[in-house]
Order: sequence, then C-alpha cells, then structure tokens
Amino acid sequence: MRPTHADDVDGGGTEAVRRRRGLGVGSAVSCLELEGVLTHGSKVLLSFLATVAVAQAQTTPLAFEGARILPIDAPDIDSGVLVVHRGKIVAVGPAGSVLLDESVQRIDVTGKVVMPGLVCTHNHVGGIGGADSSDPLQPDVRIFDSLNVRDPGFRRVVAGGLTTINVMPGSGHLLSGQTIYLKMRRGDTIEDLYILDAAGRPMGGLKMANGTNSMREKPFPSTRAKSAALVRDRFIKAQEYREKLARTAGQPEKAPPRDLGLEALVEVLEGSRIVHHHTHRADDIITVLRLAKEFNFRVVLHHVSEGWKVAEEIARADVPCSVILVDSPGGKLEAANLLFPTAAILEKAGVKVAFHTDDWITDSRIFLRMAALGVRAGMSREGALQAVTLSGAEMLDLGERLGSLSVSKDADFIVLSGDPFSVYTKVLETWVEGEKVFDREDPADRLHAVGGYGAGDDSEPYFCCFGQGEHD
Amino acid sequence: MGRCFREAIRTLLAGWIVGAGTVSAQVAVRGSVIRTMAGPAIPNGVVVLRDGRIAEVGPAGTVAVPEGFRVLDAEVVTPGLVDAHGIVGLSGIFNHPHDQDQLERSAPIQPELRAIDAYNPNEQLVEWVRSFGVTTVHTGHAPGELISGQTMVVKLAGRTVEQAVLVETAAVSATLSPVAQKKEKGQSPGTRGKMMAMLRQQFIKAREYLEKRQQAEEDKRPGRDLGLELLGRVLRRELPLMVTADRAQDIVSALRLAKEFDLRLWLDSAAEAYLVIDEIKAAGVPVIVHPVMYRAWGERRNLSYETPAKLRQAGIPIALQSGYEDYVPKTRVVLFEAGLAVANGLSFDEALAAITIDSARLLGVADRVGSIEVGKDGDLALFDGDPFEYTTHCTAVLINGEIVSEKPH
Repeated sequence: MRPTHADDVDGGGTEAVRRRRGLGVGSAVSCLELEGVLTHGSKVLLSFLATVAVAQAQTTPLAFEGARILPIDAPDIDSGVLVVHRGKIVAVGPAGSVLLDESVQRIDVTGKVVMPGLVCTHNHVGGIGGADSSDPLQPDVRIFDSLNVRDPGFRRVVAGGLTTINVMPGSGHLLSGQTIYLKMRRGDTIEDLYILDAAGRPMGGLKMANGTNSMREKPFPSTRAKSAALVRDRFIKAQEYREKLARTAGQPEKAPPRDLGLEALVEVLEGSRIVHHHTHRADDIITVLRLAKEFNFRVVLHHVSEGWKVAEEIARADVPCSVILVDSPGGKLEAANLLFPTAAILEKAGVKVAFHTDDWITDSRIFLRMAALGVRAGMSREGALQAVTLSGAEMLDLGERLGSLSVSKDADFIVLSGDPFSVYTKVLETWVEGEKVFDREDPADRLHAVGGYGAGDDSEPYFCCFGQGEHD
Repeated sequence: MGRCFREAIRTLLAGWIVGAGTVSAQVAVRGSVIRTMAGPAIPNGVVVLRDGRIAEVGPAGTVAVPEGFRVLDAEVVTPGLVDAHGIVGLSGIFNHPHDQDQLERSAPIQPELRAIDAYNPNEQLVEWVRSFGVTTVHTGHAPGELISGQTMVVKLAGRTVEQAVLVETAAVSATLSPVAQKKEKGQSPGTRGKMMAMLRQQFIKAREYLEKRQQAEEDKRPGRDLGLELLGRVLRRELPLMVTADRAQDIVSALRLAKEFDLRLWLDSAAEAYLVIDEIKAAGVPVIVHPVMYRAWGERRNLSYETPAKLRQAGIPIALQSGYEDYVPKTRVVLFEAGLAVANGLSFDEALAAITIDSARLLGVADRVGSIEVGKDGDLALFDGDPFEYTTHCTAVLINGEIVSEKPH
C-alpha cells in the first residue's frame, strides 16, 4: 500500500500557494490533543489564542453551529458544531460540546446540513487533452499539461459541492495517460490545485480502458484479445525496465535511458500510482481483474455497468468500484445493461463503491442526485453518502486526509439547504481547506450554479479517436 | 453470499430488466392524493377505470370500488405523463446504425419523412421511460437537419405503431442551429443566413404548389409532391412548424420566419429563451423547453435551470421534454426534468402540468390524455411519495386501463 500522509499538515498546494496564504512550512494545527468525535456531555475548551502566530488566510478559527452534521465516518449529529482552523478540522461534535473562546468566529447554520466536500473519482472538466491518435497506450502523457484552470467547468464543480476530483483523459485508448487529483482551491495556475504526496509530487493515477471504446483501426486493436495482449506486452516491458533500474541502482552510467511512459508504469507496478480502469461489460471487468492479478497493480474499476453480473467475483478480488448511473441505459452495446441497482448490488456483495460524474457525461452540479438514485434502487443511505465522499477519497489514496468530517482532516465541507438526497436541496456553500470557494448568494457563483448567459465558455474536451455516437 | 446473495440480486433487479408484459383488468386506484390536474388535488381519492377509460374519480367517500375490480394503492396518483418532445422509438438503446432512425442525413429538407414509418413500439427505451410514469410521447424525426421530417404523438402501448398512435402527424420538425449545417465544401446550408434563405424558398415553393394544385384544369396541376404537400399543410396552419433553436438570435429568426409565412410555431429547446421573453410572448408562441439537465454545451452552453420558471412566470405556455442527444443518455425522463425545474423556481403544480395537461394541450391531445377526468383514457402513474423526489418510486403505470408496469422504479 502507498503510504498516506495525514501529517502533511497544510493538505498540499504548491509552495506558491502556501506563500500566498502565508502558511509557514511546518505550521502546526492547534489542539492536536483533540481526537475523534466529541460526544454529548464531554466539553472541550478550544483555545486558539496561543497558537495564532503568523498571518495566514484562515487565521480565524471558524465554528459552524446548529446544522445537522453528517460526518460520514461517525453517526449523524442532529444539531452539531464543526470547528475548522488553518485549513483543518479541529473539532466535530454536538452543539455546545465545544467551548469556544472569543477568537473563534461563529457561523450559525441552524437548519442546514453540513457534510464533507464531495469526491469525484472520474471527471473530465478543464479542457482535457490527453493521449493522441498515434498509439493505443500512452502512459507518458500527463493530463495536467492540458488543463485550463479558468475553465468554467471548475466553477460548476464547486457549485455541485465537489472539493476533490480526479481529472482523467478519455477512454478512447487502452491507456490514455496520467490522471491528476485536484483540490478545488481558487487558483491562478493548475499547480495551485494539486494535491501533493509526502515527496511533494502531484498525486494522480493512470487511466486505462477496455471494451469497445479503445478498439478501432490500426495502430489500435480491433479485438478484445489483442487489447489485452497489447497491455500485457507493455506491462512486461515495464517489468523489465524496473528490474534493470533495480540492477543498476547506484550506477547511473549503466542505468537504462529515461522513458517517461515506462517510468509511469513502474509507479503502477510499485503501487504508488493507481490504475483507474474504464470497463463496462462483465467479461471486460473480469479481464481487468485478470490483468491486475498478473501484474499485481492496484486498480479501481470505473463505470462497471455490468458489475451486477459479477459482483461476487469483484468482491473476491477485493477491488473497489466507481459507478456511474445515467438517466437511461445504452448509448452503445456494452452499456445496454447499465441499471440503477448496480451500486446496490455491489454494496450487498461487499464491494467498496463510489460514484463519479464522468462530467461532462453527467453534470457535476447534480452529483448528489446519482447517490440518491442509488438509494432509489436499493442502496443503503449510509453507503450512498460514503460513495460520494470517503469511499471515493479512499480510491484516490486520500482517505486519511479527506472524505469525512473528523479531526485533523482537511476542512473540506459543504453546507446544504436540506437533505442531501432531495431534489429540492441546494448546495449553499462549498469550503476547501477552510476557505469558501462557492457561495450561492454570490451572483457570480450563482450564475454557474443555475446557468445563464455567460456561464458556459468551456474549453472543449478532447476525446481522442471516437466515432460519432461513441462515448465514455 | 451464494444463494441468499443471488436472491437479493433478483429482488433488486426485479422490474429493472425489461420484458414485463401487460396485465389487463378492470382496475380501481386508491390514492392518498389524486393529482387530477383538472381542479384541486383530491385527498384520499379513488379513480375507477372501466373498459380502458376513466369512469369515476372522487373522494373515497363518494366513489366506491366496484365489485370484482382489482385495486391498486398509491401515495400519489397523477395522470400518465406526457413527454412533449423526445425521440424514443425512433432512436434505440444501442446507438448503432441499425436502431437509429431519428435522423436521415441524405438531404437538408425532407418533410415527407413520416414518424409512423420509423417508430418501433417494442424498443427497450419505450419501456424504460414508461416505467417512470410516461404514457404519451411526442416523438419523431430529431433536430439536426434544416427540415428533418414529421413528428407524431403515441401512447406507449401496443405492439404496432397503428395501435400506439394518437396523432399521425403532429408537427414538422425544423432546426435553426449549426448542427443542421453542412461542413463539406459546396454543400448547403453552411451558414445561418443560408439556412433561413433555404427555408423561406421552400415555403414559397410550397405556397406556389398549393396554388397550382388548385387549378381547374387537371393537366395543369403539378403531380403530387409529398414534401411540398406537408409544407402546404403547415402553410394552411393545419400543422405547426416545430423549430429547434437554442441561441437567442436563432429563436428570433424562427419568430421572423413564422411571421413572414403566418405559421403556427412551436419553439423547441430554446436554451436562451430567457433573453427574448418579450418577443416570444408577443408572438404568442409556446415553448417546449429543453430537458433541464441537458448538458450546457455548444449552442446550449448558456442554458439555465431556471428557464421553465422564467417563461411560465411571463405567461408563456410551456411543456417539458426528454429531448434528443446523440450521446448518452439515449433518452431522458420527463419526470426527472420536471423535478429539477421545481427545484429551480417552477411550482409543483406548474411542473406537473408541464408534463401532463399543459403538454397535452400544446400537442392537441388534451381531449384524450393529460388529466384524470371522466371519459378520458385510463392513463395513470402511481407513486409511493412526492413524484419528483429522487428516492420516490413510480410503483405502477396504466395505459388505456391496462397495467403496463407494476414494479417500483
């Protein structure tokens, strides 16, 4: 398993962002003694006065009081308090369980619902342009080299309450490039949105696909067997490359020449880069499991339209699934059995389930709707809430840092007008690392939330190699 | 896992897999609320269906369930939903050439294409939308050519189109949008100006054709021309011209065309209608508003969730539709579109009307469908809660008094 980094205190962001916010490197979160969810009766005094030393963006501790809080990894709190400071959650509990000193700004959210910011494991906003038509496998391509941080798609993402997204290239290739996990901070460059690992590298996965999307004229495969053969061949090359790197460690003159694509695949082989695998049909799902076993790579199954047919096999392989529900099945042969109960069946089989927007297939602004439709078709309420928060975070190796409202996690949360599964509920505010990035009352934000003239100047996503009527 | 798990799967899948047959019976429906759409909602009401039609409707105290009738119970009962514009039955689930009959691309103007010659009543998507309460659809040739063909109104029942059809030709479908432009060199139309010029020329031709067909001497009359005949019916106002236009400038072009030839116009999609509300209202034109959840993209990049509410507030007749996209989803469901419209300013009653009685009136079929009134067709949708809530289920659907769906969806 890849190490996780709850100790990466400021939750990522480039050095430039840290400087802009005045976040000193190594600035500590106050009240580290607070752990777990506070319960009724236990009163804890949070004193921030002693720890506020340097000027920084979220210097003032904020307490959101009175809302129904859905922490996700703990029982719902009917009337709660959420305290955030310096981009982190410092307390969660029933209203009145935390004694707040005068340094804390108190925000009344009575009657509202507060839950973690949503996590979307599969998104295409930002004007993506990944692999081109030259090769069915292009692990060298990084999606973040194509993204426009000013794309209005990002504004719709925060309007929907999404705070962490995995932006991926399309599915027209067996392997269409490296994905990027983004935090929806307000940024001037795409770097400002990165989530960094312990070594300071931007985190992301690898996008792969099988089935009909990646089958076409040469040099692409035209059968499923050839698809698998091409993937195996490239992974074997990566294994050999990795062995050569290991043999020549410490002897730079003997090391193989750098190969950007094989380097990315070595990260996959070593488990530090997760494969996000588009797959629809039951037999294609099983093929992914077969390849993942052969090369021992970590994989998340995406879409999984016929997952309901092989739920037990997926559960036995202990592979998580990120599911999409669209308003009707079909669009192509292999998605004709895409049914609303897929998520419920996978959940019953014991599979970890997340949902994804696949934006622009479905709109990020109505992401919660998908979880609600999962409930409509038999998924548990708790499972559906996890599927748009913590489970998605875990599929991005971010489960220790975000995805639930618990102490020391990133202060990523949303304020809703009502129950998350009601069609009438609105996302009122979206907060990322203690900063408000969406406010429905702000006319500029509202324009993106409901649409209107000037809302839609998106960059066009580049989905390589599709014919008409094909899709992700 | 094992046997128990498989049983659980079967339970979850029940009714989601298509292929359920219809059940014919004399039926009465009891509802905690009956939304008749013809007067106030009836709490604790009963609807009696006899021989395919609505025989009685009223409070449980005044309307009894007849002896021997099958009884269905529901929290909320509504009229069968009327989708004001879609393409189900012409466009199929697989999205392969063999099941895509909604758009003929061989010429830009083909009003002679009839919807009845292209509709497959056994298409899976027909059953899909029906399972969410939709019982009537205005379907036919899709936007995408300057004049793509005819549309019709069908009930989502019957094995043949003849059994399903309510209105054989409901409208002629035209498109004022770059999607109907040709990109190849030398092909027309290639611009907005050319699109309007070609439409105007064709209506002038149709007017001349009508005049010549009136000539006393038979040998001076031109031979029948199916396309011009259809446009002649539009010129005589027997049929509306339905124009799909999204940009405000294209909406205004449609109004200009309708004024010049004195056409009955239905505006379709109309993503930027909110910019030209006064003009639409002055023209007295109804709007079949795009699905609220259409992707904000291309010509529709500035669409707004609030358009249905804004048009309705201005007094413009509206109806809601499932629409047409050549991508996924292959069809949307008007029930869900109406729900999001309610979340964005339309009242519950206005939204339900936009997919029942108002839609039926717009389409000219309100004598048969769209409300729960004695004498109308026995088309009902049953729900176990607020029909618009995501977690509510459509528990049963009846068409012509027959149960066509009775698993919760």
